[in-house]
Amino acid sequence: MTATAPANKKIGWGLINLLVILYALIPVLWIVSLSFKTADTITDGNFIPRSWTWSNYAQIFQIDLFTSALRNSIGIALISTVIAVVIGTMAAYAIARLDFPGKKALVGVSLLIAMFPQISLVSPLFDIERAIGLFDTWPGLILPYITFALPLAIYTLSAFFREIPWELEKAAKMDGATPLQAFRSVIVPLAAPGVFTTAILVFIFCWNDFLFAVSLTSTSRSQTATVAISQFTGASQFAEPTGSIAAAAVLLTIPIIIFVLFFQRRIVAGLTSGAVKG
Amino acid sequence: MTLDSGALAAATTKQEPSHRAGKQPLSEGKKAERRLGLWLCAPAAIIMVAVTAYPIIYAIWLSLQRYDLRFPAEREFAGLSNYGAVLTSAYWWQAFLITVIITVVSVAIEFVLGLALALVMHRTIVGRGLTRTVVLIPYGIVTVVAAFSWQFAWTPDKGYLAAMLSEGSAPLTGQASAIAIIILAEVWKTTPFMALLLMAGLALVPDDLLKAAQVDGAGAWQRLTQIILPMMKPAILVALLFRTLDAFRVFDNIYILTQGSNGTGSVSMLGYDNLFKAFNLGIGSAISVLIFVAVALIALLFIKIFGAAAPGSEPTGKR
Repeated sequence: MTATAPANKKIGWGLINLLVILYALIPVLWIVSLSFKTADTITDGNFIPRSWTWSNYAQIFQIDLFTSALRNSIGIALISTVIAVVIGTMAAYAIARLDFPGKKALVGVSLLIAMFPQISLVSPLFDIERAIGLFDTWPGLILPYITFALPLAIYTLSAFFREIPWELEKAAKMDGATPLQAFRSVIVPLAAPGVFTTAILVFIFCWNDFLFAVSLTSTSRSQTATVAISQFTGASQFAEPTGSIAAAAVLLTIPIIIFVLFFQRRIVAGLTSGAVKG
Repeated sequence: MTLDSGALAAATTKQEPSHRAGKQPLSEGKKAERRLGLWLCAPAAIIMVAVTAYPIIYAIWLSLQRYDLRFPAEREFAGLSNYGAVLTSAYWWQAFLITVIITVVSVAIEFVLGLALALVMHRTIVGRGLTRTVVLIPYGIVTVVAAFSWQFAWTPDKGYLAAMLSEGSAPLTGQASAIAIIILAEVWKTTPFMALLLMAGLALVPDDLLKAAQVDGAGAWQRLTQIILPMMKPAILVALLFRTLDAFRVFDNIYILTQGSNGTGSVSMLGYDNLFKAFNLGIGSAISVLIFVAVALIALLFIKIFGAAAPGSEPTGKR
């Protein structure tokens, strides 16, 4: 498609993309800019730093808590994402494709969980986790993350699965493919965009959570990066930690970019094109 | 809350008749299907119920009590009086109005913008990977930090945005301008969520169908409203539903940007203040339950509007 597209069309898309990118990036660049400003110019209101410094970045890596928090964040978010997406895919497939009792109840309960204000669930969760020894452990965060990611995962995936032209699977079987082959070569590529979209959303949810992380952890064993940021203090007692917060936010965004870069390739457009002739 | 099956069934009749066997005794295949369905759903159901059942019931129980941590001795069962106190309070209705304004305006802007972004990300022929990745960055930035950077940007003498305004104006201290900034921060941050879900829906619209429509003389607008949007209905439902649920509980952005001052507090702010600042667990929990009820009504409304596109309704895709 790219090779045959006329040049002026390309330029048009290029301009539109540029607009989109600027819209998304200008506020981000402001955070990047803050992270490179020196302590005495940070409040000068200039979009581009007048004097540049790495000290904000150097400073946050001197905080022991931050490196362990990064490790915790990555581990907890990845594990939660994998489990939530696998469990969610199973449930969503059943909801979209199978007929069984309790389907509506499951859909209703998951929506209920998505709707209940999380601030009022935090203190009872804290009590339970203290009682059964999950407080301040990885599973103590992973379990709530999976739980609160599941409703979105189930909804996204089942909305997606029901639009997949499943008759293709039958066609492939008629053409002599084994059930596994039919599933792998027909259904998996069709389902992949939905699954990876969900994975991205779930990962971002876990990565950015503050509420659960701050209430259900207390030490470097399981404290995540968002909590570590909130505990930054300035270089001196009276300095605001704006620079280090900005630097930490920039660092925290890098894994998200890697994760999205890795997965967005799977959200390929037009997979179904030419597949079903109406 | 279970979905209103009557409404769903009524909405389904518009679709092609389903191929269910009716009231015949269950065949072996049907039984196997039921078993498989239950097994596939079991892990999700068990984990969700195990983690949330007690906290949700406990919160509802608290909302029925007079329970103020400052006066723990006065704890007693109070029936619905907490609800009465909240619903007759001007603070609640003020926060409710602000929340509705923020929700409606930001979700509407996000939907239009998100759809536009989804179309760009889906159709673009240059730099697709780059565009898709960059668009998602705002959603990936820690909410609190993003809000903080907006606050900084709009604070006179500190930020680049305030520097563009006339001398002496402090937009975060006026009610209308502060709400506009809260909406801006919300829209910027969560439009990618909308765009990503809509794009996944777009990926399912067959190109052939669009080409055929183009050949038949359908313009771009007609193709969008007659083919693309109807086919994306399930994706649109999920995107709008979950964004509205989230927007109605807007908290982080307001907390950082204005702390709810100058009449910018949302219902979640009110709940938070009562639970964690005033330590009035009874009133705070009642506010939480009321937020839940409001959100549930919104969800019901969406499901009524979208009818058969809701998950769990009779699938039209059982071909």
